[in-house]
Amino acid sequence: MIPATGPEYAREWHVAVDSDDAVAAAGLRRPDGTSGELIQLLTPEGERVEHPDYPLDISADEIKGLFRDLVLVRRIDTEAIALQRQGELGIWASLLGQEAAQIGSGRALGPKDMAFPTYREHGVAWCRGLDPAKLLELFRGVSHGGWDPKEHNFHLYTIVIGAQTLHATGYAMGIQRDGAVGEDGEAAIVYFGDGATSQGDVNESFIWASVSNAPVVFFCQNNQWAISEPLEKQSRIPLYQRALGFGFPGLRVDGNDVLACLAVTKKAMQDAREGQGPTLIEAYTYRMGAHTTTDDPTRYRLAAELEAWKLKDPVERVRAYLVRTGAADADFFASVDAEADEVGARVRKSCLTMPDPQPLTIFENVYAEPGPQLEWERERFAAYLDSFADEEVGA
Amino acid sequence: MTTLTLSRALNEGLRRALEDDPKVLIMGEDVGKLGGVFRVTDGLQKDFGEGRVIDTPLAESGIVGTAIGLALRGYRPICEIQFDGFVYPAFDQIVSQLAKMRLRSLGHLSLPVVIRIPFGGGIGAVEHHSESPEVLFAHTGGLRVVACSGPADAFTMIQQSVRSDDPVIFFEPKRRYWDKGEVDTAASPDSWLPLGSARTIYPGSDVTLLAYGPMIRTCVEAAVAAAKDGRNIEVIDLRSLSPLDIGAIVGSVRRTGRCVVAHEAPVTAGLGAEIAARVTEECFYQLEAPVLRVGGFSTPYPPSKLEEHYLPDLDRILDTVDRTFAY
Repeated sequence: MIPATGPEYAREWHVAVDSDDAVAAAGLRRPDGTSGELIQLLTPEGERVEHPDYPLDISADEIKGLFRDLVLVRRIDTEAIALQRQGELGIWASLLGQEAAQIGSGRALGPKDMAFPTYREHGVAWCRGLDPAKLLELFRGVSHGGWDPKEHNFHLYTIVIGAQTLHATGYAMGIQRDGAVGEDGEAAIVYFGDGATSQGDVNESFIWASVSNAPVVFFCQNNQWAISEPLEKQSRIPLYQRALGFGFPGLRVDGNDVLACLAVTKKAMQDAREGQGPTLIEAYTYRMGAHTTTDDPTRYRLAAELEAWKLKDPVERVRAYLVRTGAADADFFASVDAEADEVGARVRKSCLTMPDPQPLTIFENVYAEPGPQLEWERERFAAYLDSFADEEVGA
Repeated sequence: MTTLTLSRALNEGLRRALEDDPKVLIMGEDVGKLGGVFRVTDGLQKDFGEGRVIDTPLAESGIVGTAIGLALRGYRPICEIQFDGFVYPAFDQIVSQLAKMRLRSLGHLSLPVVIRIPFGGGIGAVEHHSESPEVLFAHTGGLRVVACSGPADAFTMIQQSVRSDDPVIFFEPKRRYWDKGEVDTAASPDSWLPLGSARTIYPGSDVTLLAYGPMIRTCVEAAVAAAKDGRNIEVIDLRSLSPLDIGAIVGSVRRTGRCVVAHEAPVTAGLGAEIAARVTEECFYQLEAPVLRVGGFSTPYPPSKLEEHYLPDLDRILDTVDRTFAY
């Protein structure tokens, strides 16, 4: 029985939604008629399981490649947290626990697809080939990002929650107008969190994408927490079921299962590229760390919850699979660890050697055509700065 | 020369923009079949198709947010916000996204998006349909803000705005939509006044009267009335509200020694305040009187039965001009 009102209703869903029975009891079905089960291809214990809708033809070497990705992005994350603790970064938003959702979906993208991230998509950035140093620039305060989104088809980090969902949808409408839907088509994917689903922009983007049948995939990492607010503060129903009301399919995938994330994202992107419109993917995962380095999760959640999720760790289940199947030996794991050390050292060095921007660059890249106002302010500020140079010469 | 209403001149300008560049799109509420509530986009969907003149869902943030995405893909969207008071749901997308994308990308990205907003009062409307929010955008680095006052400028300025690689907030004086004027639709774009330039509408030597949008007609009427009393008001149409054509402003005030700024928007922290500060700094030794402002009161826009008292009219403008001569 599902209580009609109150937080109990939502809390029950929070824990019970993985069960087919709960979905069936509520009469909830996906638009394609399938049930709203959690899609999983690799159990927390590292056992490979099959799903009828998401067959995944993947070699052992490819899975080893995904393992490498998972370990390296976790290492970049660890290094960045350390750099923040040492005062080298102003802040860092950790992806700890969400590696599989990001690597699985990131590796599902084709080179022509366009990804629109939040500020936590370090794993997707890695998959798109962006130098991690560019991410540090933002968190160190050297720039607001500053990379060329066209170079890696990876848009700038967006900090305002949910704003990028509209950008991705508009971009997808551009794909349609370019005639780039169909065979060899292109699609956009946009990342956002469970908290973002409450934003007007996210809901508006669902409407726009739906009515225009835009080639965009909405990839929601439900990490259970929007800073201190648990999911039941955002929704009374499982997030993937929101899609139904907007008129496109929604599904829930085990967000700590890199294989399942890869498979469902590949399918959703292919559907979008072929003109079948948007899909909402809810990657059910957990933010194992703090919201950012300024946050203290011990104020609002129990340690036992974290311990339970540690058993579903996205990296360890792939390691278990590789060990269990004999696909990787100790040398492989040692080589990945050594590479992680190298990547960590490189990230650290790039941070410590990053030059500060020059004061007058404040006025650059504000306009394509700088006007008299900025020129006036720039000249005065330059003269002011020069006045110190004169003093130094005089002294 | 062709005689056109301001609304029609915008329509012709938009038509040219659509013809000149296949990447130009128009998007907004009711802009298609209906042709917009002020008919500015009349007939354009019929001629250019639903793919280029898009009737959008009814959500302003969505209009601007998806326009940003289209611009990222290489399009040049022109968004219509139906009324001034409806732009606020799109405020984040304009101020935090549209204005900042060039800087955030260190110049890798341009967002050539135009946002058309009918603004100002005087049409007897219900609330939220008569506001003047221009200074909210003029305060935001990364945006260009312009306002046209008559058909000739409407025709050229909308095309220049579409060609700009910077985002442009384009204010249209809704109570002047049906004013008629001569428009030279055959003139070469090279001969057009640059988008960032102010225009002297009515030359004079005694006092500089600065205005834009719907106040221009009122100010010219004030200048004509004052001339009969032997007082020569110079009326300058600012046209560009950000950046201001400070050279034109300063040049005039240094000659006249007096300056009045008129706008419908509330005077508190309004464009007049910014101009007064700059003029004081640049023209301190030429000023015969402090820069004075005449504008809306620092209240919400009143019910329409009171708007004639809220909006600066010919008499209030002349009263303010008189006060600058009391020093």
